[in-house]
Amino acid sequence: MDVIVTGLLLGGTYALIAMGLNLQYGMARIMNLANGEMLVAGAFAAFWLYGAGQVSPFLTVVLVAPLAFALNWAIYMVFLGPLVKRAKSRGQLEVDAILTTFGLSFVAVGIMLAVFGGDYFSYSYLSFPVALLGGTYGANRLAAFVAAVAICGALYLWLNRSRPGMSIRAIAVAPDSARLVGIDVGRLAALAFALGGAVTATGGALISTFLTLDASTGVLFTLKALVIVIMGGVGDVRGTVVAALMLGLLETFVASVIDPGLTLAAAYLLFVTILLFRPQGLFGRKTA
Amino acid sequence: MKRRTFGALAAAALAAGVAVPALAQETLTIGAVAPKTGPLAGGAAVTYWPNVQLWAHDVNARGGLQVGDAQYMVEVIEYDDQTNPGETIKAVQRLVSQDEADIVLPPYSTGLNLAAAPIYNRFGLPMVTATATTDQADQLSQQFPNVFFTLGGAQAIVESTVVAMDALRDEGVIGNKLAMVNVADAFGIELMNQAGPAFEAAGYDIVYETSYPLGTQDLSPVMKGAKAAGPDAFIAWSYPPDTFALTEQAIVEGLEVGAFFTAVGTAFPAYQARFGDDAEGVLGIGGVHADGEAFQEYAARHEEVTGAKPDYWASAMVYSSFQVLEEAIREVGSLDNPAIIEFIKGHAFDTVIGVLDFNENNNNTAFWTVGQWQDGVFKGVASTGREGAVPVLAGPDWN
Repeated sequence: MDVIVTGLLLGGTYALIAMGLNLQYGMARIMNLANGEMLVAGAFAAFWLYGAGQVSPFLTVVLVAPLAFALNWAIYMVFLGPLVKRAKSRGQLEVDAILTTFGLSFVAVGIMLAVFGGDYFSYSYLSFPVALLGGTYGANRLAAFVAAVAICGALYLWLNRSRPGMSIRAIAVAPDSARLVGIDVGRLAALAFALGGAVTATGGALISTFLTLDASTGVLFTLKALVIVIMGGVGDVRGTVVAALMLGLLETFVASVIDPGLTLAAAYLLFVTILLFRPQGLFGRKTA
Repeated sequence: MKRRTFGALAAAALAAGVAVPALAQETLTIGAVAPKTGPLAGGAAVTYWPNVQLWAHDVNARGGLQVGDAQYMVEVIEYDDQTNPGETIKAVQRLVSQDEADIVLPPYSTGLNLAAAPIYNRFGLPMVTATATTDQADQLSQQFPNVFFTLGGAQAIVESTVVAMDALRDEGVIGNKLAMVNVADAFGIELMNQAGPAFEAAGYDIVYETSYPLGTQDLSPVMKGAKAAGPDAFIAWSYPPDTFALTEQAIVEGLEVGAFFTAVGTAFPAYQARFGDDAEGVLGIGGVHADGEAFQEYAARHEEVTGAKPDYWASAMVYSSFQVLEEAIREVGSLDNPAIIEFIKGHAFDTVIGVLDFNENNNNTAFWTVGQWQDGVFKGVASTGREGAVPVLAGPDWN
């Protein structure tokens, strides 16, 4: 029981880390290697506001999300929109996007170093134990899990029920055909990308309550997010959630029952196994 | 056309250089290379870079560095090695050959210092390391006679940790049951390999032992496992992000131990800032003579100039190593590197950490090993011959 709850909590954290990238890569078709930097920026905003005025990270989110949305919208319009227009095929867009966002990630690290300094930022928020189902868990992890459930649920509903959500799914499936039925592909892709950035920054603000970060830790999160998104199937919210939970449960199980030293090995074993049997990911569509 | 313009500009620059040589020589170029990005950037930002800034500030505030009859202002060139040994080596090469740095400071961390030792040796640069912990000082100094060590080695740290635990065991604060974990990288593994046998030889029973990968996001399985084993004391050979995470998990899990030890990062001001009163009684690697006048004066200046507090371990040592270099240059009276190295070998230096001198292996044998948060200050409780150690107290009370 203990292992399951701990694993689910970790899975919730992973879902927060990966959901934004899923929107950006799956919907807007931008393989954003600067995703982790957005997460760290969100985390720093939470740290800074908490340090300056004891503002709860859960309130910070209200400020961080629109800011990140605007920033990512601008990034898409200035840097990535032209790439999309120029690209002759999906493959070419992917290569161009990877190179551009890889460069952007260095710029982002540089800016954060200049603004925040290179020191670790960590603070204590909700770090008291909560008894649940016979075990004790950190309140901050529980809170982040609840937020993850809310964010993923809202995204799922929005993508499946609302008109813009369905349009976004349409551009994810067939960008060329979507244009034929009167969908403004460029604008919606920008919307999906900006939304992905906002979700990532929100995740960053939430996980900063229990993780210690510094300006250059972003790349670790990008990698983790990438593994989860690919595992779950690109462009599917359910896939990311399931993959994140699986990874969390597996890592916790291995750490508790076998050896904490083998968590990384187990995670990559799961990744390889899934890709062997379902190269398109758990919920991914077969590409024709 | 373009080329001619360039040629003319170059000629003008050359003429200017020739015309006012005195002006160009009034400043000395100091080279510094350490991580600003990558896994060790957080540590370097606390321990290394502020001291480079502080030292340059102090030297210039005194009117410059005395070299022979002249006094020179100093100017620092900083390079980010991205925590990548290859980049450290490239940056040192660049500092020497392209930037023509007059003095090159040592890099940051054990790994990067050892990786860069051959290149410092090739250029004949004095290299007084302050952030490298190694037990191989004797072999290294034979191979690289220009390299000096100040921060001690794993063996002494482990021995001191055993002594600190013994003191608590003698008082009846803890029993024999020990939980010990380590981060799975060179530092954690080396300390674990030495600590295991050392504690067993001292009669301790290691009831829980495990390692976890660097960058693990959730250490609660580790802490749950440790708690389930019912230890009297908890020891972690950890790095900063996991030092923080382990402490937080221990508080959340309500780990009841008489002694709680985490390694690198415990001595950082950020540790106390995060955990506040919960940090009280936590043991960690490092320590300083926190009540000593020299350290307090240094800490105040550090905060005033850089806006940040120094850590309670290697910060003062980094500054001290710069002081050694400065004094050696002043006494030798020139920037003649072989003479500076000879001078460092044969003299004792008065620094913020106390008197620093080196044995026949270029090794400073008096250093702090274990400290403890007491009254909001991380005080040294064990050392190999430093003055000012305070008695070790019973561990943290989180319940």
